[in-house]
Amino acid sequence: MSEEDATGTDAERVTDDANASGDDNDADADDTPNAVTDELIADLLDGKHRALARTITKIENRAPGYRNLVSQLHAHTGNADVIGITGSPGAGKSTLVDKLAATYREQGLTVGVIAIDPASPYTGGAVLGDRIRMASNVGDMDVFFRSMSARGTLGGLSTATTDAVKALDAFGKDKVIIETVGAGQNEIDIVRTADTVAVLVPPGSGDDVQMLKAGILEIADLFIVNKADLEGADRTVSDLREMLHMRGGESTKDGGHHGGAAGDPADETSGDGDDSEGWEPRILETVADRGEGVAALIDALDDHRAYLEDSGALDEKARTRYAEEIRTLLREDTRELLAEEIDARGGLDADVDAVLARETDPYAVADEIIAPLEACVRERRPDRE
Amino acid sequence: MSAEQGQRQIRCLVAKVGLDGHDRGAHVIARALRDAGFEVIYSGLHRSPDEVVQAAVQEDVDVLGISILSGAHNTLIPKILDGMAEYDALNDTLVVVGGIIPDDDKDDLREAGVAEIFGPGASMDEMIAYIRDNAPERR
Repeated sequence: MSEEDATGTDAERVTDDANASGDDNDADADDTPNAVTDELIADLLDGKHRALARTITKIENRAPGYRNLVSQLHAHTGNADVIGITGSPGAGKSTLVDKLAATYREQGLTVGVIAIDPASPYTGGAVLGDRIRMASNVGDMDVFFRSMSARGTLGGLSTATTDAVKALDAFGKDKVIIETVGAGQNEIDIVRTADTVAVLVPPGSGDDVQMLKAGILEIADLFIVNKADLEGADRTVSDLREMLHMRGGESTKDGGHHGGAAGDPADETSGDGDDSEGWEPRILETVADRGEGVAALIDALDDHRAYLEDSGALDEKARTRYAEEIRTLLREDTRELLAEEIDARGGLDADVDAVLARETDPYAVADEIIAPLEACVRERRPDRE
Repeated sequence: MSAEQGQRQIRCLVAKVGLDGHDRGAHVIARALRDAGFEVIYSGLHRSPDEVVQAAVQEDVDVLGISILSGAHNTLIPKILDGMAEYDALNDTLVVVGGIIPDDDKDDLREAGVAEIFGPGASMDEMIAYIRDNAPERR
């Protein structure tokens, strides 16, 4: 590996590390990350499933060159309709996703599915079982189903998911479905990357509906009471309806913000008056394993899509999402930059000793490290006035 | 550490193919691989070779483990291997077979592209070590 070009050294080093466990290690010119990326992109756009699968793997692994890869994908994205489906374990997400995918396929649309399952925080291992439920789409390569584990990905799971959605979008999938257990902020961040969010609620427990209030209520465009043939389904539907009604009294502005206090008369008038009609979350009933209610669900998803397009909310969402994505990437880069700076100082050991001896404190050390970077940035910032 | 630092994570598909309803072994193996830190996708029972290929290609697994106890390995496994080759997925996927395979058939399967065959009594540690050592290097 002596004759590799200088710019590639960093990535090469990583490749070397990875190779250390393997047996053969032949690096010809075509194996530089850039050449591999170009070939992969070409194959992906050419419709090769293997290339799409490998692209997602690289995204998940933060493999050498993955940023360049995602960066090149961007130009080919923006055509897929992204649907997020979340709900507690056993609510029937996978079965419903299977039926949705099959119905979209009947309409002649192509479908990509990303199913996220938890991973063990101890070993990093995971059993990804959602695929078992995809019984209606076996042998149909135009449903591209990919399991992802919620492993401790650098830069966050939601970044990896967003990037994987881009790969499916660039590949030409009409509908991309993200399926995830709706627990915790991390998961909420993931479904937030979807254009339309559907929350599955299993019937039978009013408490479940109460639980939803903690964050997931706000992001749902549709509520789906699955297993609607079970006892308690009607009760769940009416609980949901009541909850949405109460929420409607709180603030009717745009469904995204809940600033106004309940019963505030000023809030109510502004809600009635100036704003364009927002989206009212709908409640649907399905029996996923028998396919009941799936057609109505598809209609509701289409309606929401139409609403997003007509109201301009789709563009607004995209703007917010891209701004957030840029910020996330910058945070990642800044962290790298700081890590480099800390390395250049020879690590933090001396500083930590000083802190322990009460000679200085963590805040002062942080100020000291960041100061030259701040000065540098301010000096080079173009005058915007 | 660079921003491009990769995290290698070995992904395995544990597949049951054909008319073989014995999946206890497959479950045990799936769990053991998980506990070894791998990501494991389980296919479920009674999969056709096409379904196994579809799953292996889409999930981009490093390791495809086929569990087969029905005796139909000479028919089903070559079909899977051919399907993998069709999607250019055979040469960088480690294909291992678990089950009862007569010695006479082992050479044929190896020739067709199976890397290793684990029979009754194979230890889990042995299997995990084999996978760690032989998971294909990918670009």
